[in-house]
Formats: sequence, C-alpha cells, structure tokens
Amino acid sequence: MIAKQTNQKAWFMVLPVFLVVAFSAVIPLMTVVNYSVQDTFGGNQFFWVGMEWFRDLIHSERFHDAFLRQLLFSGIILLIEIPLGVAIALAMPKKGWGVPVCLISMALPLLIPWNVVGTIWQIFGRVDIGLLGHSLASLGVNYNYTQDPLAAWLTIIVMDVWHWTSLVVLLAYAGLCSIPDAYYQAAKIDGASRFAVFRYIQLPKMQRVLLIAILLRFMDSFMIYTEPFVITGGGPGNSTTFMSIDLVKMAVGQFDLGPAAAMSLVYFLVILLLCWVFYTVMTNVGEESRKGGN
Amino acid sequence: MRWKWLIPALYILFLLLPIYWLINMSLKTNEEILSVFSLWPQNLTLANYRVIFTDASWYSGYINSMIYVSINVVISVCFALPAAYAFSRYSFVGDKHLFFWLLTNRMAPPAVFALPFFQLYSSIGLFDTHIAVAIAHCLFNLPLAVWILEGFMSGIPKEIDETAFIDGYSWPRFFIRIFIPNIASGIGVTAFFCFMFSWVELLLARTLTAVNAKPISAIMTRTVSASGLDWGVLAAAGVLTIIPGVLVIWFVRNHIAKGFALGRV
Amino acid sequence: MATITLQEIAHSYTGASTNPDDYALKKLNLTWRDGGAYALLGPSGCGKTTLLNIISGLLIPTDGRVLFNDQDITRLPTEQRNIAQIFQFPVIYDTMTVFDNLAFPLKNRGRSRKEIEPRVIALAKMLGLEKDLGTRAQHLTADAKQKISLGRGLIRQSVNAILFDEPLTVIDPQLKWELRSQLKYLHKQFGFTMIYVTHDQTEALTFAEQVIVMYEGEIVQVGTPEELFDRPAHTFVGYFIGSPGMNIIPCLLQGNQAVVDGHRIDLGQHYPDQPASAKTELGVRPEHLRLGPADEGGLPVRVVKVNDIGRHRIVRVALEGRELNVVVPEQSEIGGERAALYFNPDHTNIYLNDHLLTGERQ
Repeated sequence: MIAKQTNQKAWFMVLPVFLVVAFSAVIPLMTVVNYSVQDTFGGNQFFWVGMEWFRDLIHSERFHDAFLRQLLFSGIILLIEIPLGVAIALAMPKKGWGVPVCLISMALPLLIPWNVVGTIWQIFGRVDIGLLGHSLASLGVNYNYTQDPLAAWLTIIVMDVWHWTSLVVLLAYAGLCSIPDAYYQAAKIDGASRFAVFRYIQLPKMQRVLLIAILLRFMDSFMIYTEPFVITGGGPGNSTTFMSIDLVKMAVGQFDLGPAAAMSLVYFLVILLLCWVFYTVMTNVGEESRKGGN
Repeated sequence: MRWKWLIPALYILFLLLPIYWLINMSLKTNEEILSVFSLWPQNLTLANYRVIFTDASWYSGYINSMIYVSINVVISVCFALPAAYAFSRYSFVGDKHLFFWLLTNRMAPPAVFALPFFQLYSSIGLFDTHIAVAIAHCLFNLPLAVWILEGFMSGIPKEIDETAFIDGYSWPRFFIRIFIPNIASGIGVTAFFCFMFSWVELLLARTLTAVNAKPISAIMTRTVSASGLDWGVLAAAGVLTIIPGVLVIWFVRNHIAKGFALGRV
Repeated sequence: MATITLQEIAHSYTGASTNPDDYALKKLNLTWRDGGAYALLGPSGCGKTTLLNIISGLLIPTDGRVLFNDQDITRLPTEQRNIAQIFQFPVIYDTMTVFDNLAFPLKNRGRSRKEIEPRVIALAKMLGLEKDLGTRAQHLTADAKQKISLGRGLIRQSVNAILFDEPLTVIDPQLKWELRSQLKYLHKQFGFTMIYVTHDQTEALTFAEQVIVMYEGEIVQVGTPEELFDRPAHTFVGYFIGSPGMNIIPCLLQGNQAVVDGHRIDLGQHYPDQPASAKTELGVRPEHLRLGPADEGGLPVRVVKVNDIGRHRIVRVALEGRELNVVVPEQSEIGGERAALYFNPDHTNIYLNDHLLTGERQ
C-alpha cells in the first residue's frame, strides 16, 4: 500500500464535494429532525412534542409490519440473487464473442429507469395482455398479482431478480477475471477437483467483490420503492408495503409530517448501522488482503 | 461442462423476454393489444412512437432527463476528481470519518430525503429546475464517484506523481496532462455509474419537478394513471427510455467488467 | 522419475498452419535425462514458457509427441502426469494454512491423514517452514510463498519432474541466493528432474548442468555453461550470454584468415570459401582479446572509453569504424589513445548466417 503523506491542504480538494453533499444531506436532515419532535395542525403552526412520535413509532404495529416485511424481502432477495449471480458468473465464457454479448445483455436491466422496470413487469404479469400472466393463466394457474398477496410477492421478487441479479453477476465475473491463469494451472497440477477449485481459489478471490455485491444488494433492496410502487402500489392490502412505500404514504399521502419524520430517522439510523458494519467489514477485509500482498 | 453455456444463455433469455414483450407491445395498436394475444405484432405500426415524437409533453420529458443527467455527471466527475485524489494520496485530519460520512449518503434512502428536498429547493427558488434534480442526485452520485475514482487512483503508482513534480510540473498541469489520461478508463466507468443512477432514479426527480423539468419516467407514471389505457404509447415510451442505456453500455463495454468491481479487484 | 523426450514438437497458438511464422515453437527434438538439472534460457517471448506448458500438459502441442520414459503422454491431462510446476508469481491457497497448502495435493489424491501429517512436517523442516505450519499462507512473504509452491510439488515424492517458470522474479535479490542454493540442495536430496525457465543468464549458468538456449521459437544451442561460453553455436547465444556479450563483426573469409576492413586475423583453421551473398561474421569474447602497446604488432586500434567495473576493466576500442569490447586485468596500463589488439585463434569463432561454422584444423 502507498504510504500516504500528511497534508492538511488536501482539505481544499475535498471541499467542493463536502459542500455539495453537505448542502444535499445535512440541511434536509435537520428539517427531518425538526419535524420529528413537533406536531402540526396544518398551515405553518408547529408545537413541540418531544419524543412522542418516536415512542408511538416503536410501538406501532404498522411500523413493525413494514419493518419485518422489509427484512424478509431483503433476506429472500439476497438468498436468491447472490448464489444465482455467482453460478451465472462461473458459467460465463472467459473469452470470445460470448463475452460482450453476455456483458451487454446482462447490464441492460440495470440501466432501465426503475419505474419502467415496474411498468415492464406490470405489463408482463397481466393476465390479459402480458406474456407471463397469460401463459400462467392458460396453464391453469390462478395468478393475479393485484389480488393475491402471494402472487404479488412472487412477482416483485422475480422482478427484482430480473432487475438486479446482473449486478451480482458482473461483480462476481470481474472478481473471477482477476484470477491469474497460474492458479487454475497449479490446481490442475495439484489434482484439485472442480469443487476444490471453487472453494479454495475462486471463492476466496471473489470475497471482496462479493462483499460489495451483498451489501449493495442489501442496501438497495432495503430502500426499494419505485418498482413495487408501480406494480402493486403496496397492495393488495398492505402485503407489499415496504418501508419506503410506507414512509412516502405517510409523508405525502397523509401529510403526517411528524410521524413520517420520526420514521425517516429510525429508518436512516438502521441503514447507517448497516452501513457502518459494511464499511468496517470491507476495510478489514481490504487490510487483510493487503497485508498478505500478492 | 459441455452444457455450461446453457446457464448464461437461459439467464439472458429470461432478461430479454420482458423487454421483448415491451417492444412487441410498442409496435401494436391498442385494439390489437387488448383484443388478440399474439407473440409478435400482426399489424406492425409505428403510430405509438409517432405520438411521442410529435407531442411536446412527451418528448420534452426525454430532453429534461438528458439535461439533468448530463449536468449531474459533469458535476459528479469534476468535483469528485480532486477529492478522490486527496483521499488516495494524502492523509489529513478527519479523512477516514469524512470518507465514511460520504458513503453513508450513498446508502441514504431517497424516500427519507424526498420531502425535505422539496421544501429546501422550493425555499431557494430552484424547484422545478434541472439543476435542482442534478444537485439532488449528487447526494448519492458524488460519494459513489469519489469511491470509484479513489479505487482507480490508488492503483496508479505514486512514483508517477513524484516524477512529474521533479520534472517541474505544477500540480494542475500534472493533474490534467498526466494523471487524468492515466485514469481515463476510471473516469469513463465513473461517468457510466453516475449516468446509470441518475437516469434510473425517479422518486427525487419526480418530487423536485412539476412541469419545466419533469423527467420522462415521471411523465409515464402520470399518463398511466390518467388514461390508464394507452398501453401502446406507454410501451413505446418505455422502449425509448431503454435506448440511452444501451448506447452508454455500448461505449463502455470494454471497461464494464473492471468497472463493476469499482476498480477494486 | 522418468526420462522426458520431446519428439518433433511444434506449437502454434492459432492452430496448425503452413506459415512458419504462426508457430510460437518451431519443430524441435529434445531429451531430458532423469534427475538432470536443466535450464531453459532465452529472452521474453522466445517460446520457453510454451515449451514448459507442453511438458506439464497445460498445452497440447500442435505437432509431435511427448514421451515420459517410453510412454506417449501427449494428450494425458496434467493431473495424471505427476508433474509439479512453480510459477512466476507464487500460487498459494490464501485461505488455507501452510500445513493445508502442503497437504492439498495429497488430500486431493485421497491419502489418509495419518500418512499426510509426518510427510508434511518432514518437508516443512527441509524447506525451513516448520514454524509457520499453523499460519494462514496469505500472510507470508513472497519467498516463503514460493517455498510453499515448491513444497506442494515435492510433497508427492514420486514426481517425474519439477518445472520452474522464472520462479525468482518476485523475490528480493538477497533472498534469491538463499533460495537458489536451497533448491540445489533439494535437487540433490530428492533427485527429481528439474527444468528451470529463466531469462537471467547467471541464474541459468550457476544452476543447471545443461542449458538450452532458445531464440524466436527455436532451440539455438544445448550445452554446458562452459560450452555456451566458449563455443556459442549462434550469434544470439554469443551476445545473450556473457557480460558484455561477444563481439561480432562482419568479415570476409580467406582460407585460414578472416579479413576485417583490410586487416588480416589468423584463425588457426581453414574455412571453405563462401559465396558473396553469405553473411560471414567473426565472433570473439571480450575475455579472449588482448591489448598491447601500439606499434609493436597486432591490429592498430583507437581506445574509445575505459570502464572500470571492479575486478577488471572493459576497454572499448575502435578498429577502423567498428567498436569492440576488451576485458583487461585491473592493473594493466592503457597508455594513450592508441593500442594494438591481439586475437587468440583458439577462441575466435566464425559464424555463417548466424550459425557457428567449424573449419578444418591444419
């Protein structure tokens, strides 16, 4: 690793970024904190309520439900997308014309605006005009994502797999491509089985990128809003009302600024905590592989 | 192992099917969409696209999106370059905390910020302008850009800097003439990611705009809730939002594998 | 243990072709004696790694056969060849301990723990790794890692050959010596056939019994270090080996004399006349030239530059327009600008189109 030189003037180079991000992050956050301890009767009349919104929130069943749904959703997403992404990356060609074909077609879903992703699946899953819905219906499956919570969940999960597995694939593939040929050759000479090659060469070398993948996927699925909003709008009932959807419903739909702000803060703190774990784990892994050298 | 290629092939098929369906629908008339179920258009029509290209309320959406995405990419890359250089080369008071704090903003849920942003930009008179959306998107794109660029820059040996300074280059001249060409692919990848996240984001873009700067994706949601029936035009608009992404991928296809590892492999 | 024979081997990365330029390795025949220490020497891109990979089975040659003893193994997969290979960069299994790294080849072959353990411990002792057996291999220094790669080859005891692909590239200079002598010691202990690829002549010459010099996909000479030094078979060997390399100057042949710009040099051998189109050159090692005071015989030369490099001096002299290096002892006087140059007929070689030409002794 490069030994860094101490230079306080470096702050000047960071300053523009610091100012822009601070403008976009700190001021709004202050607003949120401000709301979270007040109540309003509309207009511009506010009065102090202290920690009340937070107390309400902690005991609110609605919040618990949304939080648990969110955790369940993120868990399922990770369980499907990470192994699937790794498996696809392992099977991808290493050279030849297949490489650009794979990379380009796989990157495609990542660059579609999120609400268009929602629209695509909304159409695709409709029984009357969608290929998926129509095919399922003609197979005799009773599928209707607007009324059946299970179908709604399945649709959103399949959509998220469709949308985001490629990120895992591309990250894992980048990790795989960085393994020098000598490792595979040495493994051949040592008589290692296919599984041993995966377990002792590929998996350790992918460790860092997989961590990035897991945590990016966890964060982003934890904040998911647009896609399920377009497909189900949080329904049927509240069955697909995830944290962000609930928050926007509360803030914009019902204009309950206080509770919404309190929820924002709790939500943000949860993510901050996860982010901290992410950062610590990442830097530790980074240090370790640096110490080992190459 | 002979059938190994089947796995990516099936996956790509799974990826392309819904997109194909969207394209298929965009080339049909509404009557056909609703009356017959067919795997390809019976009466191929470009009428849906014509609607979009002739109606200003549609195509201005694309222009708006393009404007704020471009502004955002330029701001993100230009501001992040010196900052990433500072993080990769120097240690200074609070550098680690600052870096962590920047990253937390990448992880901040836009839903939390939507309402405060609305009030903030309204109060300073920037509501419904392209620059407002561009700056709002900096919240997550700037930290990301710093992070990616820092990864690429750390891979450049420090000797390059030292040699240049010994040769009598001033810092700005060195940075523009020598350093930037060295991390050109890193800059490309960063711009790609900034483009991607700014282009696909909807919640903030929709909250901060009303008419003049409304992005195409927001126009789509409004149309579907108002008419609710014009599937063909909706599909055509969706197809058109995919095209910029395809173009961008095409330009960075050679760096994509390395880029997705954020320069950190 | 086996004698390795390469029969008519040639390899092209683009598949069989009629264009000889496509071949990274041109047709060659070679036999490696069981238990020998061989070095493959040549500049980058000369085909030495290709040759190595053909022996280890990572590449299947376009033409020809590879024999271990008398068995044709050209198409046998690597893991069945009983070969070990050490790469340029140390290849270790990061997540395993040193012990597990060393035991890995045996485990893969289904040996019992009881059999593995004493062997690993004994080997670790020989490699000087016994203290590190419990640590994760990731945290070791480059030379320890390279020892582990070597150990994974040695653990199998019955290996046919150990192939080294520039294994000391990433090792610090002071450790290179240590590792090299340890390698020599292990070679004596185990008696495996050793094939060592390098572009560093010192490494090759100090270490191998036989050196194979390759150039542009061809073997240009096989010989002991002495032979390579005294009688380079090709002008490339002449200037690749030795520091500075051999002086090579164009000349004309006239019986037992070479004519360089009108000056006659005795060769002590008689060479047949060559057509004018042939490229004839005279090659002489700087160590085999002698300088004397001017105007007392010899060829008149002008001293261009004197370099003192410790044990001796390298004098650069000009004979008419052509410059030559001469190694002279440290104490010798070089007086003035002019000197006389003497050739030793026994060590003056003639090259015809870059290949050594042998004359008739008179």
